[in-house]
Amino acid sequence: MRYIRPLSIEDAVGQLAGSAGPAAILAGGSDLLVRMKGGFVEPELIVDIKGIPGFSDIRETAEGFSIGAAVPCAVLGENAVLKKAWPGVVEAAKLIGSKQVQGRCTITGNLCNASPAADSVPALVAAGARAVVAGPSGSRTIAVEAVPTGPGKTSLAKGEIIEAILLSKRAARSGDAYLRFIPRTEMDIAVVSAGVNLTLDEAGVIKAARVALGAAAPTVLLVEEAAEALIGRKLDDAALERLAKVCSGACRPIDDKRGTIEFRRKVAGVLAGRAATTAYARAGGK
Amino acid sequence: MNFDPRYANRNFASVGTRPIRPDGIDKVTGRARYGADFNMAGQLVGRVLRSPHAHAKIRKIDTSKAEKLQGVKAVITAADLPDLTDGDAAMYDILDNCMARAKALYDGHAVAAVAAIDARTARQALKLIEIDYEVLPHVTDVDEAMRHHAPLINDTIFTEGLEEKPAKPSNVTKRSQFGHGDVHAGFGAADFIVERSFRTEQTHQGYIEPHACVASVNLDGTAELWVCTQGHFVYRQHCAQLLGLEASKLRVTSSEIGGGFGGKTHVWAEPVALALSRKAGRPVKLVMTRDEVFRASGPTSATSIDVRIGARKDGTITAAEATLRYSSGPYAGSWAEIGAMTAFACYKLDNVRTVGYEVLVNRPKTAAYRAPSAPMAAFAVESAVDELAKEIGIDPVDFRIKNAAQEGTRSSYGPVYGPIGIGPTLEAVKNHPHMKAPLKQNQGRGMACGFWFNFGGQTCVDLNIGMDGSVSLAVGTVDVGGSRASLSLVAAEELGIDYSQLKAIVADTASLGYNDMTDGSRGTFSSSMATISAARNAIKILRDRAAQMWDIPVEDVIWEQGHAVAKGDNYGNLGKLSLKEIAAQSGKTGGPIAGHSELVADGAGVSFATHICDVEVDPETGATRVIRYTVVQDAGKAVHPTYVEGQYQGGAAQGIGWALNEEYIYGKDGRLQNAGFLDYRIPVCSDLPMIDTQILEIPNPNHPYGVRGVGETSIVPPLAAIANAVSNAAGVRMTHIPMSPPRILAAIEAEREG
Repeated sequence: MRYIRPLSIEDAVGQLAGSAGPAAILAGGSDLLVRMKGGFVEPELIVDIKGIPGFSDIRETAEGFSIGAAVPCAVLGENAVLKKAWPGVVEAAKLIGSKQVQGRCTITGNLCNASPAADSVPALVAAGARAVVAGPSGSRTIAVEAVPTGPGKTSLAKGEIIEAILLSKRAARSGDAYLRFIPRTEMDIAVVSAGVNLTLDEAGVIKAARVALGAAAPTVLLVEEAAEALIGRKLDDAALERLAKVCSGACRPIDDKRGTIEFRRKVAGVLAGRAATTAYARAGGK
Repeated sequence: MNFDPRYANRNFASVGTRPIRPDGIDKVTGRARYGADFNMAGQLVGRVLRSPHAHAKIRKIDTSKAEKLQGVKAVITAADLPDLTDGDAAMYDILDNCMARAKALYDGHAVAAVAAIDARTARQALKLIEIDYEVLPHVTDVDEAMRHHAPLINDTIFTEGLEEKPAKPSNVTKRSQFGHGDVHAGFGAADFIVERSFRTEQTHQGYIEPHACVASVNLDGTAELWVCTQGHFVYRQHCAQLLGLEASKLRVTSSEIGGGFGGKTHVWAEPVALALSRKAGRPVKLVMTRDEVFRASGPTSATSIDVRIGARKDGTITAAEATLRYSSGPYAGSWAEIGAMTAFACYKLDNVRTVGYEVLVNRPKTAAYRAPSAPMAAFAVESAVDELAKEIGIDPVDFRIKNAAQEGTRSSYGPVYGPIGIGPTLEAVKNHPHMKAPLKQNQGRGMACGFWFNFGGQTCVDLNIGMDGSVSLAVGTVDVGGSRASLSLVAAEELGIDYSQLKAIVADTASLGYNDMTDGSRGTFSSSMATISAARNAIKILRDRAAQMWDIPVEDVIWEQGHAVAKGDNYGNLGKLSLKEIAAQSGKTGGPIAGHSELVADGAGVSFATHICDVEVDPETGATRVIRYTVVQDAGKAVHPTYVEGQYQGGAAQGIGWALNEEYIYGKDGRLQNAGFLDYRIPVCSDLPMIDTQILEIPNPNHPYGVRGVGETSIVPPLAAIANAVSNAAGVRMTHIPMSPPRILAAIEAEREG
């Protein structure tokens, strides 16, 4: 096994593209090292991206925020501006693992691990986040929901690295929220989860909405019908009921050790409603 | 030995105080040495290959490729651990569990092992071992295993305990029955009858420290074993028997222990480590991974229990019966029997009958787990008792008080009780402020009682007094719950000296006589009895030495508050001699001063507890939060109250996990799906409220200080107390443990739909 710590993105991409055997990217290592220790993966090349300039920074840009691929989730929580603009994304990132894990893990890693139950991903999808992908043939920017293609699988090609996650500047009267269901209070993995992002007009009517569900299908679900159920309305009981019903219906969950199909369907709707209520309040809705 | 163990009332100076524990600094600084913290020169890494199949015939094992791998020093299979058990069926099962012989009997069953120069080589070697399995049909569910057409796990087993010997083999290894009176007539006299069926899933003790040992077998036939265990003397016997060693030549040292709860009461991998070391000619360290701990050690039984209880309008129980089916893994056990004994032990019953069935399944060998078998039986019985109280319209506490066993009651399992604590715990609960705390919407309160036998057993203690007046206490019961602190308090009490003058250690098997293991809540009960005896023996010598120093008859010397005192008017001008002063002169008065004791600690008093629990259930998700919890338990005498409280809280915490989320989940393929702490959900800190405790002290007549064991009873009531609370909060009776959110939500929805 070979460990390298490249100092430029070009070097990292080149090393990954040129590797003969299985290669892995190391940021916080909270997934990779656990999988290696368990004997599930045995990479021949490990590329540590923490030494690449800019990868550990959160930048405020004209368009919004650029969060480097090696920024630990705990650092997101310490960024007051980001937290104010995207509280739902930050609260999702701060739910991953434990305090200790949050000091290492990253939202980019959470995305690329491609678990349907990843906590930060539904919040990022609801937020309309985009990923900047660097690769042998240059750079491209894609929607985050285009990254995971199935449990443990991504659309990234050999040699490609996500260098940053982009969040847009916040429109007025906007709010987002993320909720997950776990049987415990922490140190757990979502049985089902929901991220909701809303923008209201001056009258408190929802004019833009994105609703995403986690652990409800092989990949995170962006539920467009759920957004349609909200847009043009205030968040009253009827809207919430419709939202819950649409979300429950959109689920394609499985029965497994963490929960049943019936449970996930029902609770997806409950969580979407509760997350929407929080997001609506954060957007200033009454 | 003329030691009188009977209780005598006295005022205590040390016992009942709360000094810091002698092992505390080492534990919080990481210096304490646990099973995996010991190393020997030239040590190899041992690893075990485990069956991926729930049930499979082992046709052939080819280890030749693994043996050829550079760095591999030994590869063993069952052939290297031949059967030396000589007809001892229980030991044969332990042997077969350590290393599968003809068949692999569960997912995780050991089939081969290697010792190599490092972990990587050992792992690679495991991959090179080729095993030809013939996969057989399997059964993992306790009820399914009892059906006629269930796959047979062992075709030499015919159910014991039936009136006629059965014609066909079965997965039911034994039927047992307890009770007295006429149950049929009793139900005939009842105005109300509650009848329910219950299930509990299999749980693991969840000790944080995995099984770990270092084994070293020498060419001269001697051997050493450093190991994390609840009983190093028992491990010595087991390992010596299984490997054909003389027990005296195997020296076993117990490490600090990061939890056992019954799961470290018999050997799992230690004979494998010794066999590897014997073959390799070098020491071998073997540490189980968490995955291995879950798949191949210690779970408790899964159960299926039917309960029927009848009572008159006035609240008198007229009859009670229960049928209890307990899984025992693929080997015979007596788990249902214990469940059947404990089920109704809290109550005074004229007509009672319990029947237990021990059931083989393709799961790991069932091990003891803190008051083994009692929590599940209590869950079923106490749920039904609560429901019956509701039907009659009596307060559940008053209903239990009315029917509680008392001194002189013939217990449901046979013996007549001496002074016991069930009534007092119920009265304490009735008057506890917790019972009056306000409940909000979606919140519910539950309570339940629990019983455990407790155990005494063989015990041996050495007490040595140094020339500087310090006292060292060598005990043979492994300290799993703070017993070094409590035994030091007991020795300080008897000698009349300060706790700080004492240091207690757990001696290895070559340094002390045989001790039973720390189980049955016996550690402090039995070793304190032996410590008192040893201290009294030392005092005899101290008096004798003082008499020599004063040149007076020993009969005229008494021991008072840590000093020899000459009694009688003749000695008015003689000052007191302290233990320290006598010890300083010991070289001139007859040599070192010591007290020894060896005894069988009989008369471990039975123990009772009553718990109260408040929960809040989210009706939309089925999530449960425990918001208040109170334990009331009889300790006889709390030697170190902080550790008694710790035992009460620990039992409640484990019970909360068991009640709400912990369970072994098997796939259709018979493989365990959640062999890790992520998906086997023990509670985390933030899941638990502060667990309030109340210690009652109803002296055990068979212990000089009145001590009873306290370690186990605290896990008996929680399943039932929480189930009663959840049922009250959710408005639907929960009959399946764990009450995980999907189960609660499904029950609520079913109730809603009628």
